[in-house]
Amino acid sequence: MAVVGIVIGAAVVLLVIGIVVTYNGLVRLRNQMQNAWSQIDVQLKRRHDLIPNLIETVKGYASHERGTLEAVTNARNMAQGAVGKGVGAQSKAEGALSGALMGLFAVAEAYPDLKANQNFLALQEELTSTENKIAFSRQFYNDSVLGYNNKTQMFPSNILANMFSFSEGEFFEIEVPKEREVPKVSF
Amino acid sequence: MWEQIRGNRTKTMVLVAAMAGVLLGIGYAIGFLFFGSPIGGLFIALIIWGVMTLVAYFKGDNIFLSISRARKIERDDHPRLYNIVEEMKIASGLEYMPAIYIIDDPAMNAFATGRDPKKAAVAVTSGLLQKLNRDELQGVIGHEIAHVKNRDVLLMTMCGVLLGTIVMISYYMTHMMFWSSMSGGRRSSGGGGGPAMIVVLIVGIVLMILAPILARLIYYAISRKREYLADATSAQYTRYPEGLASALEKLAGSTVPLQSANQALAPMYITNPFRKKGKAASDLSSTHPPISERVRILRAMGGASFSDYNSAYNSVHKGGGSVMPATALAGSGLVGIRAASSESAIGEPSKLERSREVSDLMWKKSNYKMINCSCGTKLKVPPNIKKFTIKCPHCGTQHSV
Repeated sequence: MAVVGIVIGAAVVLLVIGIVVTYNGLVRLRNQMQNAWSQIDVQLKRRHDLIPNLIETVKGYASHERGTLEAVTNARNMAQGAVGKGVGAQSKAEGALSGALMGLFAVAEAYPDLKANQNFLALQEELTSTENKIAFSRQFYNDSVLGYNNKTQMFPSNILANMFSFSEGEFFEIEVPKEREVPKVSF
Repeated sequence: MWEQIRGNRTKTMVLVAAMAGVLLGIGYAIGFLFFGSPIGGLFIALIIWGVMTLVAYFKGDNIFLSISRARKIERDDHPRLYNIVEEMKIASGLEYMPAIYIIDDPAMNAFATGRDPKKAAVAVTSGLLQKLNRDELQGVIGHEIAHVKNRDVLLMTMCGVLLGTIVMISYYMTHMMFWSSMSGGRRSSGGGGGPAMIVVLIVGIVLMILAPILARLIYYAISRKREYLADATSAQYTRYPEGLASALEKLAGSTVPLQSANQALAPMYITNPFRKKGKAASDLSSTHPPISERVRILRAMGGASFSDYNSAYNSVHKGGGSVMPATALAGSGLVGIRAASSESAIGEPSKLERSREVSDLMWKKSNYKMINCSCGTKLKVPPNIKKFTIKCPHCGTQHSV
């Protein structure tokens, strides 16, 4: 009788330990995912902040490219307006902004003076890198979402995930297919 | 993705334990041969090891950076390098931005230090900065950040200390043995001979000779494993294996030896700084896998995930088994490779511009003052100048210092 009691007791203890470990694992993955999302936000905000500067610099050399400049400004305002409206809306607006920026850098090719401007070059480096950082933080976010979703869907952790309503994470896809690349143009 | 750290840990732990076993064995033998008490020998070996480990743990990165004569740079010194490091920091999910150092050396190499990801630093030589384009530099930095993320820095430091202790003890002991046999062969182990004693003595001597060799081989095996993993991790971060592959190719082609390299620190670098040209492939006595092989594996990758690296490794080695830990493979899904960022894209400086940029930076770091003359010449004024004005050698304009 005592032996049976010990066995049952041990099983209960093991089960409790298992539940605690799994639950903590789920929380850790969810926090990591949320933290990764805030990293994307930091980079998106940085891009929004850099654009007015870029517009001013380009205006000085290519003021009659009004259409392109306006497209970038509009896309930036749209993207800024989409902040906090969910992953789907935001990724769409950011995709449009990436496209508009690509257009602007393509136009800049026709102005050698602009291309030689130190300020423009510095902004170019910052925007190129910010673009990369957005891509890399998105990559890390999506990897985190994958890890988290796997955990919430696979047995036995899915039981706990359902019990404590760990909802699925949403992937951050970008609408413009070429957005992944740095804005560039071929001669 | 995060499991690989844990998965690899068990395998390396076995190897580290083997090295610790070698150390204890040699301590035992020394105690037996010289002090008449095996336990005393063990004790001495452990104390030396412990002290060296503490020094390496708390001061290792500072010592390494100062031996290499690395200089710390800030964001404004080289925005592109800073941005690339930050990109890789983001891709790896590191919480803290690593410090960035530059070594003024025409050789091409890079390394990472820092016992934990909070105190990480990456260092690159100025030669590397001049010769690599953005994608290549990203691949190299990705490899270094991978070393930080996978905790290789700590592991290799600890292994290096272990190896150093073994080499040091057996070096002094063989000398002591030689010296004591010269002076009449007086052994302090006491007691008379007997065949059993002689056998033990011979085993002890053989162990002392073999121990450093054995420890080195284990050390190199650990190091090579970590290099493959760091290559795979870099490809996964950048989603662009070709960047690292072409960087490695350029590194292989450069024949300038690194001035400030140190034998014990070799595994820290991205390629072996003591590599001789035309060295045989898959050499057991090397800290790094042959570069040509690393390049071939990276080029054979069909995607950018760990499992892609693993199958590329197998195709290069004709089914040489798994090089990645199983836990890393289990979690890796389908990962595509991105397109190259073109060298001719605006904002990407040419080779000449990169060289100028780096040499200006090195002048600046040596406290030289830059004066841009209106004729286009850049005057570099040494920090200890006595004059108040300086003449441009091209157009003769006077500049005030």
